[in-house]
Amino acid sequence: MTTLDHPVSPAAPPPAEPLTSIVVDGVSKEFALQYQRTLKKIALAKLRKQKVKDTFLALEDVSFKVPQGQSIALMGLNGSGKSTLLKLISGVMKPDAGQVLTRGRISGLIATGAGFHQQLTGRENIFMNAAILGMSKEETEAKFDDIAAFADVGRFMDTPVGNYSSGMFARLGFSVAVHVDCDIFVADEVLAVGDRPFKKKCMKRMEEIRESGITMFYVTHAAASVRRMCDRVIVLESGKVGYDGDVDEGIKYLHYDDSDDEPDVADEDSADEELASDI
Amino acid sequence: MADKVSVRHDLEHTALTPPSATSGLLEAFRRRYLLRLMVRREIQARYARSLFGLAWSYINPTVRFFTFYFVFGILLARGNIQNFAIHLFAGMVLVHYFTETVNSGTKSLLTNKGVVQKMAMPRELFPFASMLVSLYHTIPQMIILTIACLWTRTWDPDLVGMGAALLGFTIVLLFSTSLGLMFSVFNVLLRDFGRIVQTFLNVLPFTVPMMYPYSMITERFGTGWPHDLVMANPLAEAVLLIQRGFWWTTTTSEPYSKSFPPDLWQRGFIMLGVCVVLLAFAQWVFSRLEARVPELLI
Repeated sequence: MTTLDHPVSPAAPPPAEPLTSIVVDGVSKEFALQYQRTLKKIALAKLRKQKVKDTFLALEDVSFKVPQGQSIALMGLNGSGKSTLLKLISGVMKPDAGQVLTRGRISGLIATGAGFHQQLTGRENIFMNAAILGMSKEETEAKFDDIAAFADVGRFMDTPVGNYSSGMFARLGFSVAVHVDCDIFVADEVLAVGDRPFKKKCMKRMEEIRESGITMFYVTHAAASVRRMCDRVIVLESGKVGYDGDVDEGIKYLHYDDSDDEPDVADEDSADEELASDI
Repeated sequence: MADKVSVRHDLEHTALTPPSATSGLLEAFRRRYLLRLMVRREIQARYARSLFGLAWSYINPTVRFFTFYFVFGILLARGNIQNFAIHLFAGMVLVHYFTETVNSGTKSLLTNKGVVQKMAMPRELFPFASMLVSLYHTIPQMIILTIACLWTRTWDPDLVGMGAALLGFTIVLLFSTSLGLMFSVFNVLLRDFGRIVQTFLNVLPFTVPMMYPYSMITERFGTGWPHDLVMANPLAEAVLLIQRGFWWTTTTSEPYSKSFPPDLWQRGFIMLGVCVVLLAFAQWVFSRLEARVPELLI
């Protein structure tokens, strides 16, 4: 397999260069919008010459490469295709055109709350979720205490997650995701629900993840956390790459800088403040 | 800080691959631990929050058994077959296994949509796990069947018969897995599909020779096209095969030539082959349509 390491670029990079972790090459994703649901309504719409369905390009010809260990902030307005791109990278969805390639194990969270089964208890869900992410029974058992401590749901661990508060639910999902021994970590506005102490804990954990050389790919709207955490910003605009490059430039590009409520970045305390409130 | 992940995981010798790539149903063998958790969860979930719980797995078939037994065995006097109850019940074990698998398999992607939408995993595992859960539920029924056979005091089981029953089971396993796999995606694309399947499954028990003897088909139609039509259903062969193993060996006055087609074994193995091909086809269909599943699961 060694010679096939880089199916996209024919010339292999010199060994000193970091490995490519994610390749997104000419990727498009189209969604169908169906206006009418039943046969009768479709027939009526056809008679009236109305549109029965339409398509919509969520991503259009998106290309970029990510070297191993880089952390990337994926930014853009709501509906610009960020979550779709994350789903393609994590393998939940397949692109309609182009290709996505990744190296190694992927973990992370897509949208708030993991794929949990409502009737299962927190404990059972941890094992199920970890298994889906590719962890073995022994691996999960070894990490169980860490996961439980991080999620900090207390005695609710053995009650069905259907009874959890949304914050607890999100915490448990995040906790499993960050404890997977992965090579790529994707996160989609994960911290939207947790309370402030938990958010701080998450940021700390994400910094550890970054420092251990894991490729990080995460969606956020918070300029301060991007400055602190990321090496690169990719901005999506209606499904296309609008900007790809340096962090400060990217934040300027988005005009996230010149808003009044943006605190001074040099002031670490207020940056923390923003982390806690805005992530 | 410990070693960087790229060193720890030897990423230099890991290939770049599409993150959504799976080897389909074969993943069931590779990810046995996940599959085991899924099966355990579904066994728990199928009767979650119900008072009788697992007992429903027996109440339903029992009621159905007595209905059929009463209508066909007593009212319509089909009971002139020796040990009619076993003739019927042996068939029902397989038919029930089949309908449960197809039914729950069809719904499997929808009932697991929380996971399907958010996590990357081989989605074939969902209908496959449904099949294993149904298989698990046939175990007590097989025990009941065995006890019933012993009860007759004339049961003389033979190895050939057990082989026949095993072949019947394998046919149903492959057949129902194929359909469950295909229907699970169809049901996401078009929700009507679940209801269509339900309709067919309601008719199905009447089309296989278990409430009436095989000889009734040949007496009425000879070996003409209606006979061929009935026998084109792999389930018909499977039911005859399990009857060969369990019912026929309890009887003393039922001639083999009347109760079974002369080429039962050939038919059985042909159907086994057909089902293997069907399973490969189902996997192909699943892989092609699966890409649209997460966006249509709403």
